[in-house]
Amino acid sequence: MSWSGPEDVLLSTSLASYLDKKLLVLLRDGRKLLGILRSFDQFANVVLEGACDRVIVGDLYCDIPLGLYVIRGENVVLIGELDLEREELPAHMICVSAAEIKRAQRAERDATDLKGSMRKRMEFLDLD
Amino acid sequence: MLFFSYFKELVGKEVTVELKNDLAIRGILHSVDQYLNIKLENIRVVDQDKYPHMLSVRNCFIRGSVVRYVQLPPDGVDIDILHDATRREARGP
Repeated sequence: MSWSGPEDVLLSTSLASYLDKKLLVLLRDGRKLLGILRSFDQFANVVLEGACDRVIVGDLYCDIPLGLYVIRGENVVLIGELDLEREELPAHMICVSAAEIKRAQRAERDATDLKGSMRKRMEFLDLD
Repeated sequence: MLFFSYFKELVGKEVTVELKNDLAIRGILHSVDQYLNIKLENIRVVDQDKYPHMLSVRNCFIRGSVVRYVQLPPDGVDIDILHDATRREARGP
């Protein structure tokens, strides 16, 4: 993201147009942060104000407030501009408390671990 | 700089960007920069149901380092011009 000269201003991947807007930032670890962009630089380091971590497990979701966040650019996957006129999430999704979503996360993790261990036990059969 | 110039030619065309986290996004190429960061407009997420959080995202900025593929329209490029440019680049300074 270079600082564009006057001749480049029509073709610029600058995040300047996203300043002071509510954004969705996807991180490499799978987290989805929402917040207002206050600052950025050429590495896509980003400052989000009023950031919250939107945790989604199946049809359940919870926004965990984080406050003022500085995100190192190497962790950024995508920065999306949220259209305020559209629903942020499908209508069937249910907002739950932080405790509830943590329970759901643990259940999902246990299910994945169980699937993984079962697969390992079946591997010796060499069915493929 | 070759691919930067190449993508600049594709601004305004519809492309599908597949990311290293397997998320695929179709949209109009709005801009590209020297790091091959990409800005897409009017996006549509492939397999939207798997990514409910992307529902209200219209435009996005994608960091170049996370791109796996950029799928292009078949008529999006003049192959001969690309060949020539590649040979020139390969010849070195």
